[in-house]
Amino acid sequence: MDVKTGFFYFFAAVLLFASFRVITARNPVHAALFLVLAFFQASAIWMLLKAEFLAIALVLVYVGAVMVLFLFVVMMLDINTDSFRQGFWRHFPLAAGVGVLIALEMSAVLISGFRVSEEPKLPAALGQAAQEVSNTRELGKLLYSEYIYPLEVAAVILLVAIIAAIALTLRQRKDSKHVDVADQVRVRARDRMEVVKMAPTLPYAKDENTPGVNAVAGMEKQP
Amino acid sequence: MTLTLGHFLSLGAILFALSIIGIFLNRKNLIVLLMAIELMLLAVNMNFVAFSHFLGDMHGQVFVFFILTVAAAESAIGLAILVLLFRNRSSINVDELNTLKG
Repeated sequence: MDVKTGFFYFFAAVLLFASFRVITARNPVHAALFLVLAFFQASAIWMLLKAEFLAIALVLVYVGAVMVLFLFVVMMLDINTDSFRQGFWRHFPLAAGVGVLIALEMSAVLISGFRVSEEPKLPAALGQAAQEVSNTRELGKLLYSEYIYPLEVAAVILLVAIIAAIALTLRQRKDSKHVDVADQVRVRARDRMEVVKMAPTLPYAKDENTPGVNAVAGMEKQP
Repeated sequence: MTLTLGHFLSLGAILFALSIIGIFLNRKNLIVLLMAIELMLLAVNMNFVAFSHFLGDMHGQVFVFFILTVAAAESAIGLAILVLLFRNRSSINVDELNTLKG
């Protein structure tokens, strides 16, 4: 049992413990922090598998962005954690049964079926040079040549996520006295001042039938 | 005893089973449900990376890259929906979200 195997078992044990605590933690903040620990351990295991770029990306993207988002949301919402615990252990026997069954079945198949040795099956023609190749360089070559259209689709997915997240949570407050600048710029003089045409008032109106007096009286009667 | 592909696949399987147990247990807490989904995606990614390493094929890691992208988008939108839900209902208890039941 070499050092690498020992490291694998250590990281795997911590990873499984952390993920167990994620699903059983009473406080959602603790669950989020244990999820951070789980992602760190997974990143270390990917390092063992020589996937350096993805290991760093996992830490940057998940621990740096997604988990901080989770923590923000968990701390922003005032959650009553006690109500979530009702019936928590009622489902436990069924859940444990299903989970252990799944793990045993998959492990039975996977342990016996995939006894691939440690040495990766690198093309023999490349020889020693293949060992020197950087993981990031290889991934970049594939991403920007063969997978260029999927890469752009992924970019569009991220854009859609940004727009959707903003559009979902943006709200206009009814009571805010904000100024619409575009409306102010677009305004014209005729919108502000209206010239009303009306008949001139006659000073010596003796007769009720004078149209000018009638017009003014008609104006005043209106509410 | 040297490491084989089966070790990593078993780790992924156990991780996946743990997240299924988590989804069973935390049926009321929407946030922990989202976290369990993230753990499931991590288990799948673990399988992809292990196969990619032991078979000497880089395409598996490209897939992990895309899964990471989609998972980040998913969690962002999911949390936005969660915030919206909490703003409207003052609760994220799954039991109370039966408006669509009719």
